[in-house]
Amino acid sequence: MEKITADVVIVGAGGAGLRAAIAIAESDPDLDVALISKVYPMRSHTCAAEGGAAGVKGADDSLENHFHDTVSGGDWLCDQEVVEYFVNQAPRELVQLEHWGCPWSREDDGSVAVRPFGGMKKKRTWYAADKSGFHILHTLFQTSLQFPTIKRFDEYFALELLHKNGKCRGVVAMEMRSGRFFSFQSSVVIMATGGGGQCFPFTTNGAIKTGDGMAMAYRAGVPLKDMEFVQYHPTGLPGTGILLTEGCRGEGGILVNKDGRRYLQDYGMGPETPVGEPVLKTMELGPRDRLSQAFWHEQKKGNTVETPWGDCVLLDMRHLGEKKINERLPLVRELASSYVGHDPVTDPVPVRPVIHFMMGGIDSNLNGETPMPGLFAIGETACSGLHGANRLGSNSLTDLLVSGRRSAERAAEYARKAGEIPEDPAMTAQSEDVVTAIRELLQQSGGGESIAGIRREMKSTLEEGAGIYRDEEGTLKACEKIAELRGRYGKIEVHDKSNVFNTDLQQALELRNLLDIAETVAEASLERRESRGAHQRLDHVERDDEHFLKHSLAYRQPDGRPRIDWLDVTITRSKPGVRDYSGGKSE
Amino acid sequence: MSMRQMELEVMRYDPEQDDEPHFQSYSVPCEDDWAILDALNYVKENIDTTLAYRWSCHMMVCGSCGMMVNGEPSLTCKTFIRDLPDKVRIEPLENFPIERDLVVVLDDVMEKLRMAKPFIIRHDEPPPEDQEYTQSRAALYKFKQYTMCVNCMCCYAACPQYALDSSFIGPAVLALAHRYNIDSRDQGKSERLDLLADHDGVWECSFVGACSEVCPKSVDPAAAVQQMKIDGAKEWWKQKLGGGKS
Amino acid sequence: MSRQPYVRPVSKTTWYMRNGRYRKYMLREVTCLLVGVYCFLTIWALAALAAGADTWNGFLASQQNTVMVVFHAFALVYFLIYQAFDWFKLAPKAMPVQLGEKKLPDRYIIIAHYVAWAFVSLFVFWLTGVI
Ligand SMILES: Cc1cc2nc3c(=O)[nH]c(=O)nc-3n(C[C@H](O)[C@H](O)[C@H](O)COP(=O)(O)OP(=O)(O)OC[C@H]3O[C@@H](n4cnc5c(N)ncnc54)[C@H](O)[C@@H]3O)c2cc1C
Repeated sequence: MEKITADVVIVGAGGAGLRAAIAIAESDPDLDVALISKVYPMRSHTCAAEGGAAGVKGADDSLENHFHDTVSGGDWLCDQEVVEYFVNQAPRELVQLEHWGCPWSREDDGSVAVRPFGGMKKKRTWYAADKSGFHILHTLFQTSLQFPTIKRFDEYFALELLHKNGKCRGVVAMEMRSGRFFSFQSSVVIMATGGGGQCFPFTTNGAIKTGDGMAMAYRAGVPLKDMEFVQYHPTGLPGTGILLTEGCRGEGGILVNKDGRRYLQDYGMGPETPVGEPVLKTMELGPRDRLSQAFWHEQKKGNTVETPWGDCVLLDMRHLGEKKINERLPLVRELASSYVGHDPVTDPVPVRPVIHFMMGGIDSNLNGETPMPGLFAIGETACSGLHGANRLGSNSLTDLLVSGRRSAERAAEYARKAGEIPEDPAMTAQSEDVVTAIRELLQQSGGGESIAGIRREMKSTLEEGAGIYRDEEGTLKACEKIAELRGRYGKIEVHDKSNVFNTDLQQALELRNLLDIAETVAEASLERRESRGAHQRLDHVERDDEHFLKHSLAYRQPDGRPRIDWLDVTITRSKPGVRDYSGGKSE
Repeated sequence: MSMRQMELEVMRYDPEQDDEPHFQSYSVPCEDDWAILDALNYVKENIDTTLAYRWSCHMMVCGSCGMMVNGEPSLTCKTFIRDLPDKVRIEPLENFPIERDLVVVLDDVMEKLRMAKPFIIRHDEPPPEDQEYTQSRAALYKFKQYTMCVNCMCCYAACPQYALDSSFIGPAVLALAHRYNIDSRDQGKSERLDLLADHDGVWECSFVGACSEVCPKSVDPAAAVQQMKIDGAKEWWKQKLGGGKS
Repeated sequence: MSRQPYVRPVSKTTWYMRNGRYRKYMLREVTCLLVGVYCFLTIWALAALAAGADTWNGFLASQQNTVMVVFHAFALVYFLIYQAFDWFKLAPKAMPVQLGEKKLPDRYIIIAHYVAWAFVSLFVFWLTGVI
């Protein structure tokens, strides 16, 4: 096995990983960065983000507003010092992207335009039409090409962390094109591997979002935090789960049921606002958790529309007119027309809630530090406590930048202190063990289980047991079932024996990661006996600050099952209160 | 939703088994609204797990799933079976070496991306940290189209110039250079011109136009290249007439 | 054993048979042969003109047999399709016109080319006394 040393290893070349890599290269040209990604950087799923990135802009808004929107949007499970830092840094990072060439949409006076977004009191979402993530990712990737110290390892699949005496020491990865294994040895690893929405059946997340980084950290003994909080986006296309951005509603699109009623007013988000004149934090611009829950109730009441792909509600954008749709939502138009045959200019588009984002992830803090010294985590794979129980749309893209740069500063400092990486036979041995396990997986046959079969069962188990609404019985069943699937995983067979671009093997490894994180989702959902943000329990319908104003921490036990522990939330300025989405009417 | 039985003829190549590629047929029950990518995923899940291909977003933005569909370079997530006959031939993108099955080696173009210097180059001081450059919408729309490239590489598969001589920088990378050249925030045009106007740059293009015809994102790289030729020619005359570099 | 990327052969002589798009391109490119013939004809004509009225008349006569008439007619149509139509269609790519936030629709640029062409033709006809 080949050994590669680097001062800093970054796993993941999405928005977060690229931002961190650039920050290190810019600040210290003496540090070499190994940037590992299982896909070419510009394929990373950041490219799929449509709506935009939040950062205070304009005189009528304030950091204070952004802070409060984020904390109340997160149902007070946010760590407030993290939010504070985030809202402070957000504008600076978004301007930095502008300087790097991001083609942000513009106002008449040539300044960057902002649009309204769900749960935000003011317009503060910077956007590049409806391809914001795509442009952010490409801008970062292209900018990164000028730094010779960033050495890329494209299409290398990271397998397991290396660690010694509780400290992170690197990562083992497989080069997809050759099947060769590499031991990346370094005192610093930054995990930036994105989310894991693929553990659910119906998701906006691409095929590559399999929670690899979370699972690697979890297996290395690092806890996963707040895994029960999984966000449904209220407007996914039925069938494929493709996202129609919140920007559709930000621009004035409305949601109606089969009778044409704007049903959100029946779920505490009214009173009804005039069509085409969206009011911030009200009706269609309520937060995602509330909107998705409203769909569930409408479905129960039989108010949804039947379509060939199942029950839906309708997203009506016709009143926006062709010009505005083409200018602001061209991708939405293309997607809806191609995949469900409804052109938003002429037809309402059927939509339904779809798994979108994991608030939970590797336990980390403001600096991206995890409980394991030398291991940092940023972006969607991390849980720094920014998003709390429900992420506000457009806070995530900004978080990639803010947490990417911040962790890079800390990681660089850590790497400089750690100095040269000593030759260590123990690390080589650890790497060999990882490879042996994979060789065994590749050899085994006759078990009778299929990767696709177990994956399907896992997905439907999570949807049933840990979907929009949960209860004791359902989550318990899900925990049992996933533990069972984890057992059966031992009997899968990888049919492809080739060393070259073996995607069968890759899918097997991804499935293992998915099972690990799926189990933490189910287990944490079982243990959190309250309703908060994206986690709603039918048997515990109220928020319970006395017992559960805490983060859950899932630790992996020797038998593979998670143990749930709790960690206090940092509250500085904002005491838990009522989340108000009635446009201030109930104040 | 109704079903349709499709026959996929897929090019296979495993360097550890095969000396050269061959075709394998799969009969796939497809839903009417499927894209070719869905049919491939069906094969992978239900018929043959060894089939190798790249894909991720399934929403036309990640650019992973470019392949030849009935001889045409296509993004398979946006190539719908409703527009195709019952029998479809799927091959890896042309003009690239085949790594395995439908996966091609992209090293060459990935390396060329760097040559375009695809980042903002400034000679003047940048504005203060907390302030953006102003840019009119007109100035934005001038280059916006060229920012839409997803690097799916379909244009390279369509380009006969690249097929004949792979030292040609090629459509997507040239379009990217042009995108920065005409961005009002950039001042690096002269740095890019030197490289691109040279031997393997824009003048290698004979304006077949195939790149633009197959581009799934309507980027129109052929247009970018022709505009760069005009720019290059202007620059040349300026220098000849003693104007020096701009 | 491991990687061994397979390079599909590309024929240097018949590559353009790969698809219709390339064949069309080649048809456009072979207009260069006709251009060559016309160059030759022009030089011949000039030489004939310089040599005096007899030679010039001989040259004119040589162009009036059926073969040459068919050739000229063919060349005219061929040029129309593969030089005028084709190039004018591509012109907006090389010379896009942006008016404020809008792009001038391609068809205007194409029409402008035809109009310019018509004027040039009229000028030439006028010059040669045809009109
Ligand atoms: C459809 C959609 C729309 C969205 N819209 C918005 C929006 O409008 N605003 C907003 O703020 N947020 C939005 N989000 C959320 C946001 O886009 C994501 O949270 C964010 O892009 C994640 O970025 P990341 O850098 O953490 O991870 P990713 O971009 O997912 O990148 C992960 C990286 O890790 C690598 N990787 C993963 N596993 C491995 C492994 N085992 N080995 C090696 N490399 C690995 C991958 O190759 C990739 O490079 C949206 C999300 C989706 C799905």
